[in-house]
Amino acid sequence: MSYKIYEINEALIDFVPQEIKDLQSKATWGNPKRGVMDLPYAKELLEEHSLCAGCPESMAFRYILASLPNPEDTIIINSTGCTSLVFPHIALHTVHSLFGNQNAVASGIKRVLEWRFPDKVKDVVVLAGDGATVDIGLDCTLQSFFRQEKITTICFDNEVYANTGGQESGLTVKGHVFKMAPKGKQWEKVPMWQLAIDSGCHYVARLTVSSPKRVESVIKKAIYVAREIGPTYVHLYTPCILEIGLNSDDALEEMRARDKERFNFFEYASSQAEEVINRKKEEGLL
Amino acid sequence: MQTTKEQSVIYNRAGQRVVSPDYLLFEAPKEKHFMTGSEAVKEAVKRASVDASVSYPITPQSEAAHLIGELWVEGYVGVYFRGESEFGVMSEVAGCAMAGARTITTTSGPGTLRAFENFPMWAGTRIPVQLVLMARGVNAPLTIQPDNLEVAFLLDTGCMIWYAETAQDLFDMILAGFVVAEKPDVHVPLITAVDGFFVSHTREAVYLPPDDIALPPYDPYRAPLPVIDAEVPPGRFLRDPFVMKSNYISYATHASWQWEVRSAIERSRPYAKHYLRGLVEEFGDPEADIVFVACGTASAQSKEAVRLLEDEGVKAKVIKLKTIRPFPVEELRNSVKNAKYIFVPEFNVIGWLEREVRRYLYGHSRAEVIGSPRVAGGMTMPPEVIAKEVLKLTGKEVKHVI
Repeated sequence: MSYKIYEINEALIDFVPQEIKDLQSKATWGNPKRGVMDLPYAKELLEEHSLCAGCPESMAFRYILASLPNPEDTIIINSTGCTSLVFPHIALHTVHSLFGNQNAVASGIKRVLEWRFPDKVKDVVVLAGDGATVDIGLDCTLQSFFRQEKITTICFDNEVYANTGGQESGLTVKGHVFKMAPKGKQWEKVPMWQLAIDSGCHYVARLTVSSPKRVESVIKKAIYVAREIGPTYVHLYTPCILEIGLNSDDALEEMRARDKERFNFFEYASSQAEEVINRKKEEGLL
Repeated sequence: MQTTKEQSVIYNRAGQRVVSPDYLLFEAPKEKHFMTGSEAVKEAVKRASVDASVSYPITPQSEAAHLIGELWVEGYVGVYFRGESEFGVMSEVAGCAMAGARTITTTSGPGTLRAFENFPMWAGTRIPVQLVLMARGVNAPLTIQPDNLEVAFLLDTGCMIWYAETAQDLFDMILAGFVVAEKPDVHVPLITAVDGFFVSHTREAVYLPPDDIALPPYDPYRAPLPVIDAEVPPGRFLRDPFVMKSNYISYATHASWQWEVRSAIERSRPYAKHYLRGLVEEFGDPEADIVFVACGTASAQSKEAVRLLEDEGVKAKVIKLKTIRPFPVEELRNSVKNAKYIFVPEFNVIGWLEREVRRYLYGHSRAEVIGSPRVAGGMTMPPEVIAKEVLKLTGKEVKHVI
């Protein structure tokens, strides 16, 4: 591609808000060594994004977008929910299709791009919430793993349907009371990271977004492995502070607390994935 | 002169010579073959420079989907795989099309319903995907028999709907369909419907152009919405910008977006007229006051009924509708000017085509519209039944028809 496709039309530049111009002027593209350390100087997400003040999803967005090794040739497929509202506020090609079909749409896009551009690297990344990934979209998610689609799937797990007003999801912890589970959830949180391994993912990680550098490392590994080997899955805890009754400045403490229990850092790599990761380390890209 | 001509020859990825749609459909020499509707799908896809297809098994469309897979093995189709369900398949197909592929898939009955959420999404995202719909009954009770109830559900999805009567129609419509659907001022999905089993599984004569020529490949860069390949501006682009904010600009945007999809279908009329040689086909006595309005195999059976009625001394004609969306409004109104009775024979219980005919003739015809005969659940519609129904309802004596 040409970076030019992301440039704002000169004729319109006077009418474009400064923060959108910043997405272009402060971009760190064209350098696979980019990462979260660029964030103080770079811009990945508009200030006036649609997430709540202090929402960990906005942190996750910034860390992920700063870490993509190939943003200018990355297509993000999203799904319905809090995350989907953010996509107009970032600087990448994104697709919103239906609630739950994100891995199916991504499969079609990835296969056609590989066929149309066999000599180019085009990364396809799915970014969706827990309802989209594990409930309504579980079939499409797992089937894309079975088929060994070369895509990276990132799940923003806030353990609740947040955008629709706080209903129980498959990733809600047993016993937690939410709407539609007025007596508390009756069954265990779905161990999606384990399902991903069993379904054929070559790299799987589970973590909170309390550590930006760890998010960067995980995202880069997941994308490099997906590019060469097959499906990868990253499970991020991005708590909904609104629905669990926390203040805007409580999110980091909440994630640090979970780092010590159900979201303690977990990483899996197949032997093929290990080989890619070690090679990328030698190349200085990880 | 000769050299110049040779230099301008273009080949597609499969190595077939690219010819104009007009040449492929109308001018190329044709050879007579004997084949099923499913095989006609294969022959059409083979000549259509198709980039991608995703499949899923369901009777009666499975064979057509298998045969597209064979074309993939032979190098005529770029991307092909089996999806997890029709919902998944129609989403995968959407992804293929958004990434710039000419894409085709097939389904039937319950599969259509499983996939349903995708069809308005296809239309809204303005992808010229083609769905070959081999109509079959829907559950419950379970049936695998021919019945086109599902087409009623699809009428207002924002997809174009064409209806093939024969395997030849199906072959021609698949090729013409890509050409029309991909026009930049149209660029909406096309559902090419055909009656399952009656067409998919029966053999008939089909005239085919040579298989070393094919349609010009799809050029995604002429699409009205940017292709998602990170190669063309605008970047920083959300495909499809949902407008769920609560303000009047977003309401108006959503309304006008939907309206534009319907307008795009309207803009397909002149192209469809050209490539289908008219949106309707008339058969029988042009002056007859008994008129059948039908689509698919119901029109084939009606044509036979016209012959039987002729033996009875009764003049009748058939208006076969080749397109349902866009609906051939003017063509229908003109062709029923002399009509006293309009019969709408159908293969479903609800009579969706009768509703359509009534809707578009309201205030434009004094003829009595009769939603009959109507069969469903796999029943056949013998021409004798149609002829008898006409004789009975128009108060005529039954002489010869058994």
